[in-house]
Amino acid sequence: MRRFTWFNATSLTLGFAFLYLPITLLVIYSFNGGRNVAVWGGFSTKWYGELVQNEAFLDAAWVTLKVAAFSSTIATVLGTMAAYVLVRGGRFHGRTLFSGMIYAPLVMPEVITGLSLLLLFIGIGFDRGILTIILAHTTFSMCYVSVVVSSRLVSFDRSLEEAALDLGCSPLSAFRLVTLPIIAPAVIAGWLLAFTLSLDDLVIANFASGPSATTLPMKIWSAVRLGVSPEINALSTILIGIVTVGVITASLVSKRAAVKRQRDEQAAVAN
Amino acid sequence: MTAPTEFHPWNDPQAKPLIRFQNVTKRFGEFTAIDKISLDIFAKEFFALLGPSGCGKTTLMRMLAGFEDPTEGAILLDGADIAGVPPNKRATNMMFQSYALFPHLSVFDNVAFGLRRDRLPKDQVQARAEEMIALVQLGPFANRKPHQISGGQRQRVALARALAKAPKLLLLDEPLGALDKKLRQETQFELMDIQEKTGTTFVIVTHDQEEAMTVASRVAVMDHGKIVQVATPDAIYETPNSTYVADFIGDVNIISGGADPVDGKIGIDWAEGQPPLTGICEQDIAKGETVFMAVRPEKVAISSEKPADRSNVVAGKVHDIAYLGNISTYYVQLSGGQIIKAQTANTRRIARRDFTWEDDVWLSWTDTAGVVLRQ
Ligand SMILES: Nc1ncnc2c1ncn2[C@@H]1O[C@H](COP(=O)(O)OP(=O)(O)OP(=O)(O)O)[C@@H](O)[C@H]1O
Ligand SMILES: [Mg+2]
Repeated sequence: MRRFTWFNATSLTLGFAFLYLPITLLVIYSFNGGRNVAVWGGFSTKWYGELVQNEAFLDAAWVTLKVAAFSSTIATVLGTMAAYVLVRGGRFHGRTLFSGMIYAPLVMPEVITGLSLLLLFIGIGFDRGILTIILAHTTFSMCYVSVVVSSRLVSFDRSLEEAALDLGCSPLSAFRLVTLPIIAPAVIAGWLLAFTLSLDDLVIANFASGPSATTLPMKIWSAVRLGVSPEINALSTILIGIVTVGVITASLVSKRAAVKRQRDEQAAVAN
Repeated sequence: MTAPTEFHPWNDPQAKPLIRFQNVTKRFGEFTAIDKISLDIFAKEFFALLGPSGCGKTTLMRMLAGFEDPTEGAILLDGADIAGVPPNKRATNMMFQSYALFPHLSVFDNVAFGLRRDRLPKDQVQARAEEMIALVQLGPFANRKPHQISGGQRQRVALARALAKAPKLLLLDEPLGALDKKLRQETQFELMDIQEKTGTTFVIVTHDQEEAMTVASRVAVMDHGKIVQVATPDAIYETPNSTYVADFIGDVNIISGGADPVDGKIGIDWAEGQPPLTGICEQDIAKGETVFMAVRPEKVAISSEKPADRSNVVAGKVHDIAYLGNISTYYVQLSGGQIIKAQTANTRRIARRDFTWEDDVWLSWTDTAGVVLRQ
């Protein structure tokens, strides 16, 4: 049994304070009744009310949701396909290179990704707007999906697909009827991850967007530069809420799936 | 042509095999899993593959099912090379050694999976799947998922799923290993029944020689990717072509010595100062060559008096007795130290056994009981 010590308690408190104090403050101040962000002026939800009436913020929120929904869905389709080919495609030429390259965008500084996308869009003469943000977000979140899905596929018993083929499935219907239902939790987790990443993103959206489309993080960023308003605090609190729910759902889905998978796989394999 | 009751297409030079392996080699990287196999399997055969773990049985089946292509050589089905025909376009079904049940589908849906792919009408799918589930006695479990049933039940689901489509060729990779003896025998008879009714050709992998003996029309014994012998079960048992086969199928005594051919039989000088032992031989053997006599324990008689009328007689001492219920095996040590097993049926109660430990006994067998082998 681990015992309670002052050292443990202190490091735990410090660690979590470090992580969550700023966020907690932000959440608390979003309920501040006063106009001055730094002075507590009593509890109130009026900033939430004002927020709902702020057209610019609502527009930005709508753009953000659309971008997140489209980009995460496209990224999930592409990322799953990439994972499938890389794990299942046999040993084709350059597979190791491709698998390595899938991971590269994960460690690439966002500024560089954003800049290169900007250059590309300018180069091919794309008008920057919501479409380019969707494309840009798809690009970087696709590799996250692909990593999540391929880690699931690696432990996937190949003979299940062979059995499906043997029983008369075409490769495509074997994927649809056997592989996809079994890896679905990983695909959903990947989608949620891509969705949250897209909600969060500021840097890449900044590069990829044009005057016609502004996402919420961009809106917040530009508003904050003019001075922090309690309204921004309220907005940020809502965003934090959405992201938290997304992340928790994603981890719950994949955890439950992991438990179930273990059980099923023990079952599907001969004792 | 042979009479209809006698099924020996392999003896008929006119007969066309259903499957023909032509010098098939399969390599995984540097490793040779199947080594220049040539083999004919005829329609309606029940062909058993026997061999130690890792000898290439599953690989051979996977090539038939279409999951692997031969590195060299060709596999012909009805005379046509099947290389490149994908698994879903082959009239074969395979039961996987690992079962490969679909974990997200119920027992019923697993069994019905292949039928649905053929776009059969719903009621036919239903009827056929139910029939198969009843056949493997899983009716009460039809709605369970694979992780909710036992290992033996899973094996039966896998079997039912492979049987459901009644394919031309059925590949069963250790289909009955997890079943208890009674259920296994019942299922063996079911398989033979299905085979008789539908005329399906079976290729079955088994580790159980009794099973191979019961169901198979022919048995192939494999070793390290090669086929050592292909023959009917009784021929494999009575006239193995090597001590490897003799030893792999059933229990056997091996006695080695220099050959001394006389009148179509072979004598073996197996020990100094002892009369030679005689056995039959189907190979050409030169005088003096080192050969091995394989003789089954149940063909060796044990007696307290020296038998006068048997051609092979040796003296020894009872070293150990294994009581197996219906039979007993006596381990008799010869003066040279070698141990020979003799088996007798226990027709009397054990208390009235004739021999006990350390008794001096005589072992004897006829001159046709032992098979003389070169290796
Ligand atoms: N995909 C593969 N890559 C490399 N080696 C393989 C592969 N599949 C099989 N082998 C090797 O080929 C040999 C034959 O394998 P196979 O599965 O056919 O054996 P088996 O006779 O079915 O054995 P068991 O009775 O244990 O099932 C083994 O040594 C195995 O390690
Ligand atoms: Mg095997």
